[in-house]
Amino acid sequence: MRTTAEVTSSRTLSSAAGIGIAVGVYGVSFGVLAVAAGLSPAQACVMSMLVFTGASQFAFIGVLAGGGGALAALGPAVVLAVRNAAYGLSLVPILPGRLRDRAIVAQLVIDESTAMARAQDEPRAARRAFLATGVSVWLCWNAGTLAGALLGGGLGDPRSLGLDAMFPAAFLALLAPQLRRPGAPVAAVAGAMITIVVLPFAPAGVPVVAALAAVVPGVLVARGMTAMSERASQVQVDSPEEVG
Amino acid sequence: MSWTLLLALGGASYALKAIGPVLAGGRELGPRVRRTLDLVAVPLLAALILVQTLGTGHRLVLDARLPAVAVAAVLVWRRAPFLVVVLAAAGTAALLRALS
Repeated sequence: MRTTAEVTSSRTLSSAAGIGIAVGVYGVSFGVLAVAAGLSPAQACVMSMLVFTGASQFAFIGVLAGGGGALAALGPAVVLAVRNAAYGLSLVPILPGRLRDRAIVAQLVIDESTAMARAQDEPRAARRAFLATGVSVWLCWNAGTLAGALLGGGLGDPRSLGLDAMFPAAFLALLAPQLRRPGAPVAAVAGAMITIVVLPFAPAGVPVVAALAAVVPGVLVARGMTAMSERASQVQVDSPEEVG
Repeated sequence: MSWTLLLALGGASYALKAIGPVLAGGRELGPRVRRTLDLVAVPLLAALILVQTLGTGHRLVLDARLPAVAVAAVLVWRRAPFLVVVLAAAGTAALLRALS
């Protein structure tokens, strides 16, 4: 009979592989779009190896494809990568002890590996889940990028294939699960409104970074909602006493 | 596309990931900071969706991308897989352009 730890570990490995395959498919679409946006297949592959954070990479080539320069594309891509710093900080307790090992595995700090680590109950399982998911996603993301970049070169006119419509569709798929967070819908609407105002006169890439200001109303609303739910739970705790 | 900027993005991306594991050894973020960081991507993604759906240079333009994104939105709402969402968007835009 297998121990609980063994069952958990094989389940972790199969989920890690499953997430990897899903991300690999996403990598194929990145490779196709990167080449359509003007990157060479080599550049697309090096980007996936070194940058290794999907939303930033899509934002970077999205601004390029929309006619912005590479410098304009850098802003949104870096800002989208900021959340990885929060992930990295939250993972510190479960990462390996030696500085050299931590420096190597830092590259694996992304949405998927963080989420898998957080889903575990104890630190050793969390570290295993983080490493298994990180390695699986890194391998599949890069294999997907390579396949997409080689495929994309032979596809022809990106516009007549509707490839430009793939960018907003991809961002929509990334945004949807995040809208459940408190304050997120307000931040999204305010961000879109700022962009509409700034777009007519700002250089490419700037309207997207300007939308960052919408975090402020989002945080205010989230804080208000937390205060309200705390008050509501206090009322619930208090009420039996009132009845009694 | 310049290699320099590509490497700069790679460097910035790694530096952000490594702040916790390499520099901060053990320190953690307060809940307020974490909540703010959690929201950073939201307005950015909303802005990217808007610019990529309607933006053409400095103007907003209605073209085949809008119905394509509407189809994608329905599929996201129905929890379709990522690839289905982006391929359906591309297919819708391609079809509309071929017809017009």
